[in-house]
Formats: sequence, structure tokens, C-alpha cells
Amino acid sequence: MVAIDRRTVLRTAGGAGLAALLAACSGGKGATTGDQGSGSSGEIRALFMKQAAYTEADVTKMTASFTAANPGIKVTPEFVAYEALHDKIVAAGPAGTYDVVLIDVIWPAEFGSKKMITDVSGQWPAEWKTEMLAGAIDTAEYDDKLYGVPWIMDTKYLFLNTQHLDVANANPQWLDTWEGTLKSARRLKQSGVVKYPFIWSWQQAEALVCDYAQLLGAMGGKFLDDSGKVAFNAGGGVQALEWMRQTIVDGLTNPASTQSLEADVQRVFQAGQASIVLNWTYMYGAANDAKQCKVVGKVQVAQTPKGSVGRPGVNGGMALCVTAGSKNQAAAFKYISHLTSQPEQEKYALSSLPVWATSYDEDAVIKTNPAVVPQAKKQLDDLILRPQAKSYNAFSQVLQAELQNALLGRKLAQKALDDAADKANSLLQS
Amino acid sequence: MKPVRVRGEGRFALFLLLPAATVVFGVVLYPVLRTLLMSFYKVDSAMPGSYPFAGLSNYAKVFSDPSFYPVLGHTAYFTVVSTAAELVLGMGVALLLNAPLRFKWLWRSLVVLPWALPTIVNGALWRWIDNGQYGVLNQLLGTEIQWLGSPFLALNMVIVADVWKNTSIVAFFLLAGLQTIPNELREAAVVDGASTWRTFWQVVVPLLKPSIAVVLVLRTIEAFKVFDIVYVMTGGGPASGTQTVAFYTYLQAFSNQLFGYGAALAYLIVIAVGALAMFYLRVLRQNQMAGV
Repeated sequence: MVAIDRRTVLRTAGGAGLAALLAACSGGKGATTGDQGSGSSGEIRALFMKQAAYTEADVTKMTASFTAANPGIKVTPEFVAYEALHDKIVAAGPAGTYDVVLIDVIWPAEFGSKKMITDVSGQWPAEWKTEMLAGAIDTAEYDDKLYGVPWIMDTKYLFLNTQHLDVANANPQWLDTWEGTLKSARRLKQSGVVKYPFIWSWQQAEALVCDYAQLLGAMGGKFLDDSGKVAFNAGGGVQALEWMRQTIVDGLTNPASTQSLEADVQRVFQAGQASIVLNWTYMYGAANDAKQCKVVGKVQVAQTPKGSVGRPGVNGGMALCVTAGSKNQAAAFKYISHLTSQPEQEKYALSSLPVWATSYDEDAVIKTNPAVVPQAKKQLDDLILRPQAKSYNAFSQVLQAELQNALLGRKLAQKALDDAADKANSLLQS
Repeated sequence: MKPVRVRGEGRFALFLLLPAATVVFGVVLYPVLRTLLMSFYKVDSAMPGSYPFAGLSNYAKVFSDPSFYPVLGHTAYFTVVSTAAELVLGMGVALLLNAPLRFKWLWRSLVVLPWALPTIVNGALWRWIDNGQYGVLNQLLGTEIQWLGSPFLALNMVIVADVWKNTSIVAFFLLAGLQTIPNELREAAVVDGASTWRTFWQVVVPLLKPSIAVVLVLRTIEAFKVFDIVYVMTGGGPASGTQTVAFYTYLQAFSNQLFGYGAALAYLIVIAVGALAMFYLRVLRQNQMAGV
């Protein structure tokens, strides 16, 4: 048996410690070292969301085609739920854990002003600004600077169960307006074909603000007035919330709506337990998948209904950005450019529609999603943007809570929105 | 020479403690001190940089923030109700497990299962059980209640989920205490004509007080800083009705990037938890000195 004395332990450990210290000093971050100038080598870690738009499988294939063309660059994609995406970007920001992050259209002001993502205005080819949809560019722009490249172009569409409408003898054309949609819902309920014709994503989350935005826009409301002050507590903003609450009172909206996100809406609709819902593009693909849907072949997608002033869809776009902490900025931008390129986006149009205007006339794209693309072409020209404010998250939290107070009947719509406006105005000034 | 050896051994002991000390400093002390420092600055970004000194204004803001008081109320309610329910139910389970049962090992294994489940899994499980549309609770009861649909009911359902998970650990602490009570004392009480109820209150409970105090300290502290089960089950809704102080702190720090304010809130949680722990320990010491 070999005797190990105290001195040996100290010497060995001291040597190992010194070696570790030297190794730590010599390198930098292993995951992100690489060629910053040419972007031809190195490692990239990228953060995506998992539940909507491009699937994990899509991103993996897109990444594989990038690394095949750029063998010197290794990419490690990670996926989190949308609800965790913002906070993960924030928590990882100081350490520079990720080189590429996916951001929502409501975050460029926050991340840009706090210098968490890189201003890539100088790297944007001039033609991108004219070739991309205007609503897509909003997802990366703040203060006349571009902080990324748009990747997901989305808004909420109206999904209908055509069999339910037939049975209830509800004219599909009624669904062209919100008033007609209400009439259809009443007819559906009276016919007994479904207990609750509507289910919405009205949980206390950003999803609620998205649905509200769509109704607010249609009824002529605004989030902010021209001077930047809160304006949702007047006119169309109040009417929209009253409309939402009334559908609950009338038993047209499933009461589970106030605890539901988009995935719950999808689940209930696919089970044939709702007839008319709002959801993002991805639901059409899922609604025609016999493995997960009971109403395959009975689903129709339409533009969001018209209100008194039009039918704007909520801008639900997202952009890919290079983080300020990335040690491999050139390779990261190269990766983003690949994922957002027109040919790459067109391949996966069934999951998420491209940000490129001409894609909507391409036969190959129309073929991938013939029901949605023609609707999208019309809808994506008319989008409503949620406020581009540095403190948007706090603004949204206040609005979500008060919207729920009204939806649950704890406050009248006007009172709830006035209370939200008081708090939100001070947040926008801070 | 002896003194030299002692010095050498002391140094060796210190060396062996170094990894643990480094971990404690890095993982506990450094963040604690850094958070304290941050609470005195107007830190409004996760990124490193120089931020203006704010003195005690972050602490003052907590008390002038109208959203803070409802959140504090939810936390107090959650803490009192969940701790009380866990104590009462845990005592019942401990008494059952201490009884002369067959297959005692099986019952003990079953009881420990909820506690062994990660809180995130427990939260997701109860979110499904309580779902108003397709949850099993409505199926079992034949009702159509939106269990997570109104603020107060949702807060109570979060408490149910927490109690379901943590009653096990309370039961095991109390069971350990029960096993230190000699049977002779209970037998003597019975011989003296005491009823089961009286034996429990006048023999078992007084001797179990140290265990009860430990359980109360641990569960109160844990309940006061509840976060994960709320995050998973309700996301703080509906209408912010299930937001607790820890959840609100998280929102301010990570969702709104108000790290200075979040740090002040976190320190107030530490102070509140410390005060609660000291209160319990003081009561326990007084009881011990009084020979109760």
C-alpha cells in the first residue's frame, strides 16, 4: 500500500491548482472563442423558443445546412418556452453565454437601450429594407438602429371549425366582422353544437395583450397617443375590453380562457370543443395533423375580423440578434444571415411565414401552406404594434393584471383601464 | 516536535477546508454581499456598468409601491395557511406511521413520495389536475369549477399543491420526534385514566415541542419565500392574485431588469425570514427554560 503524506497532498493539489489557473488565464471562454474578423471559425451558442413558429426539428435542419456550408463554425442551439425566453436572455447577458438570441418584437427597445444586443445596422444590405415586409423590420428596429435580423413573421388569424358552422347554420361570411363573429357564436351556442364557441389565450401573460391588441386595433383604439401617453383607456380600447367581458357574461367564451395560453387554445380547438379561435400561423399545420387533431379537414383559416376601423393583426414577429457579450460576432451574424435568408425561410413556410415580401407570390411557398399564405399576404400588410418602450414588460404586466380584473368582473372595463393607464403612464416616464 | 506538528496539521486542516470555504464564499457569501450592495444602487440592467448611488431609496420605494401590499398579503396568507395545514396533517400522518402497523416500510415509502417529487413537476401536475376544461379534479367531483380561475380560489389551490408535497417532510420530522418519546409515559397516562385525546395533548405534544418548533421554522421560511410552484401553476395570475413576494421580486429583477429594486425586495425577504426564525427560536428557548 502506498503511503500518502500530508506534504504530497499539498504539493499535488498546489500543482493542479496552478495548472488550472494557467489554463484559465490562457484561454477566454471556450464556447465562444473563434475568429471574430472573418467569422469562418469558432463556436456559437444560440437561444431559440420551442413552442411556436419554427420547430426544433426545423432549426436543427437549418443549422445543419449552415454548418455544412461553414464547417469551421460549430453551432449549439438551445430551446426554451416563450415565457422563459426573455428572462433567460437577461440572466445570461452578463456572462455572454449566448452568441445569438431570438427576441420578440416588444424587446428591441429594452435590449437595445441596455446594450445587451449588438447594433448591426452597418451590416444590413441596403436592399433588405425594401425586400422585407415593413412589419418584419419593426421586430429588430429601435431608435433608428437595427439590432438584429427579422426571422419570424406572424400575426393572429381566425381559425374556424367549418363543421360546427355548418351544423349551426352560421354563415361563414358573418365572420368577416367582429359583430358578425359574435352573431355566429350566439348561433353556435343556441344550436348546442358546442358549449363555448370561443376560447382565447387570456391568461395573465403577453398572450392576453396580443388578443386585446387585435380587438383594440379593430375598434379604433390605440395603446399610446401621438405624444406617447397611454390612450388605451378611451374609445376603442374600452370597447374592446367590454366586448371581451361580454362574451364571458353571455357564456360564449370558455371560462378557462383566463387561464389559457395559445397551446391550451390549440388543444381545445383540436378536440372539437371550440368553434372560433385566434391563434398564430403554426396552428394551421397542427390542426391538420391527424395524430394530434380530431378536426382534421374541418379547419378554415381567415383574416382577423373587421371592426369599426379595420382589421389590424397584432405584430407577433421575432428577430435573431447577436448578443453584445458574444466573442464571435462575425460568425454569429453569418449564422443569423443564413437562417433569415429567403431560400432558407421559404423551405419551412409551413411552420412560419417568411419575412420577405416576394415569398408570398412564390408557388413553392404557397404550396407549403395554401390556406394560410393568401390570408397572410393580406393580413401582414396591416399590423398593430405594441408600444416600443424600454419598460414595455412592466407596462404589459400592469395592463395584463387590469385586463384580467375586468374579464373576471372585478372591475368595469373603464375603471380597469383607467387604473392601468395611471400606472403605465408613470412607467413610460421612468 | 509537537508544536510544529500541531501547526502543520492546522495548516493541513485549513487546506482541506479551503474547497468548502471557497464554495461557501462563492455561492453564498459573495452573492449575499453583492446583492446587499446592489440594493443601494439604481441598477436597471443585467449588464455590468456603473450605476448611480440610490441610498435607501430602493427600500423606500418598496413601501410606497401600491403593488407590494397585496403581494405581501398573499404571501402572509400562503405562509400561515400552508404551514398550519402541513403541521396538522403532518401530525396525523406521523401518528399513523408511529402506530403498530403491518408493512410499515411500505406506508413510509408511500408517504415520502410527494416530497421526493421536484416542485416544478408537482406544480405542473397540479396545474393539470386543476384545469377547468380537462382537469381530473372536475372529473372526479362532477363539477365545472375553474379552480385556477379566480384569484382567491387559485391561491388556495396553490396552497393545496404545496401542502400535498410538504406534508410528508413535516410528518417525518414529527415521526422522528415521536420515536424519542418513551412508551412508558403514554402507558402511565393511560393507567392514570387519561383518555387518548388527553394523553396526546398533555404528554405527546409537550414532548414534541422541539420537533414542532423545528418544523415551524423550516416550513415558515420555505413558505414565505415560495416562488417555483406559483411560477408553474399560475404565473402569478389570475389578476395578480397569486403573486408572492418572491415572485414579485423575480418579476422586478429579471422581467423588468430593476435589479436594484429587486435586491432591496430580496433583502426585505431575508429580514422577514430572519425575524420569523428568531421569534420561533426564542419561543422554543423560553419553553425549554420553563421546562414545558
